Amino acid sequence: MNLALALQLLIQGILLGGIYGLTAVGLSLIFGVMGVINFAHGQMMVMGMYISYWILVLLGLDPYLSLPLAAGAIFILGYVIQSTVVNRILDFPEAMQVLPLVAMGLILENLALLFWGPDHRSPSTALSLAAIPLGSATVDVSRLIAFALAIAFTVALFLFLKKSAIGTRIRAAADNRLGAQLVGIKVDRINNIAFGLGAATTGAAGALLLPLMPVSPHLGHDFTTTAFVVVILGGMGNLLGALVGGLILGVTESLATLVLPATLKQMISFGLLVVIMLIRPQGLFGGRR
Amino acid sequence: MRRLYLLLGLLLLVLLLLPLVLDKYALGIFVMIFFYAYLGQSWNVLTGYTGHISLGHALYVGIGAYVSTFLAQKFGLSPWLGMLAGGLLATAVGLGLGFLGFRFGLRGVYFVILTISCAEIARLAVSHIDAVGSFSGIFLDFNPGFYNFQFRGNVPYYYISLGFMVLGSLAVHLLARSRTGRLMVAIREDEQAALALGVNSFKYSMTAIGISAFMTSLAGTFYANYVYYLSPNSMFGMGLSIDLILRPIIGGLGTVLGPIIGSFVLTPLSEVSRAYFAKGGLEGMHLVLYGVLAILVVLFMRQGILVYIKRALKPLLKLED
Repeated sequence: MNLALALQLLIQGILLGGIYGLTAVGLSLIFGVMGVINFAHGQMMVMGMYISYWILVLLGLDPYLSLPLAAGAIFILGYVIQSTVVNRILDFPEAMQVLPLVAMGLILENLALLFWGPDHRSPSTALSLAAIPLGSATVDVSRLIAFALAIAFTVALFLFLKKSAIGTRIRAAADNRLGAQLVGIKVDRINNIAFGLGAATTGAAGALLLPLMPVSPHLGHDFTTTAFVVVILGGMGNLLGALVGGLILGVTESLATLVLPATLKQMISFGLLVVIMLIRPQGLFGGRR
Repeated sequence: MRRLYLLLGLLLLVLLLLPLVLDKYALGIFVMIFFYAYLGQSWNVLTGYTGHISLGHALYVGIGAYVSTFLAQKFGLSPWLGMLAGGLLATAVGLGLGFLGFRFGLRGVYFVILTISCAEIARLAVSHIDAVGSFSGIFLDFNPGFYNFQFRGNVPYYYISLGFMVLGSLAVHLLARSRTGRLMVAIREDEQAALALGVNSFKYSMTAIGISAFMTSLAGTFYANYVYYLSPNSMFGMGLSIDLILRPIIGGLGTVLGPIIGSFVLTPLSEVSRAYFAKGGLEGMHLVLYGVLAILVVLFMRQGILVYIKRALKPLLKLED
């Protein structure tokens, strides 16, 4: 086996894993607070990619700089989805909870198709070709920045949830919905914010991913399933677990390309997913259920 | 009740006579109506009646389509027999998946994710098997004849798919009235309570997924020989899995008539709007509408359209709930 290549893939895996972790943190947050799985998560990430693409093409603003705009736009999207749809279905039987969010994914995916067409679009940014040599391997500057920003975004989200008043309310609502209601927290509004934050997180991940891979409307399913794998790996509702899970999956998928064709690397993640669900459904680091 | 059966009999008679007056395009829409009604009915057994949510039923469609086509191309086996072989394989796969899910206690969203993963694993695997055309899929040669399950024009397909829908619905109707069916509903309503009463939840959940997988895969063989082209994405993809659950949910989950009514409402809408929007260069618009419709139905008509139709027809049919 080629050691230099393995090292290179390891670095790439870790860097990509940070972004996986970021989107999974959003999914995990939504599950932790509302107990619903956001089946439109990957489609929201694609929306984040398109929004930062749009900003880049129309205003010439680099995706790393437009990150707050993309995250903000997807926050609003998530807030609206929660307040119009998800809040009404929280007490429904599970089959009825799954469908609206799956349908939401279908809507977002096809809106992207309507707005931007089926083509793959890959913008070139100022940094997309720069690289830092590191021994026998090289580190892409754009991947490094994306990784750093993903970690920074995750840390900011953690701090927000731990320190701010709204964050405390979100955690209270996640802990015990009825109890939170009894002490006067407006749980519906907190839910809206929590879903918005989860969505913003995946939107940010999309913006960070834009310089790394071409965007097309149908990427969403893959992103959703990747986020599932990471969340289950780390434990449903466990945010730190989601971040670590993202790194694990990034490295695993990346190293898998040593022995498998790249198009099969997803099989590794699905296999991993099934095995984890069967032998350790609470995830590697313990979940909420 | 008797009047309901009379009405259904009359409707069936009308459907049997329709090919006399319809053109090929209209018949094609009816074929899709029957096809999706049958698929919804098959999914209904597992999710509507037993309560285990599957979002990976394309897996069984794909198995049915690929097995019968592969056997026909390699060994010249008639797809009618290949359909049975596909059905058996799909049942085995379904039971394997069910064993993992039910034995290890995966419920709710975990079971949903298990079904999605298995369908995706199959899609990726089939995309890498050269014997079945890997990514590019299989094109079927056109050799019309009953033995080859291929026909000129849409009339034979019309009757075959109608047969699928009627027999499938009849089978589900009988199942629902049987002891097994009632125990399935008990599991759906409250699994813990059913267990406490001594219902073997594992056994009946396995029965449900076995029947559901078998029925679903038969439709796969039909579909392969109707569209003459299989690809991993169209047969195993998540798109089909979503498409297939919309009709029973919109019509009414856990009822025999639900998937049929759902399909009669949604399929023509989807076919006509797809053609209409594609002409205007708005590809994908029909799926947006589709999604909006699904959300509205869940929000405002949780029990599906069937309940409203029943209510409207109650005086006429002398239904007693």
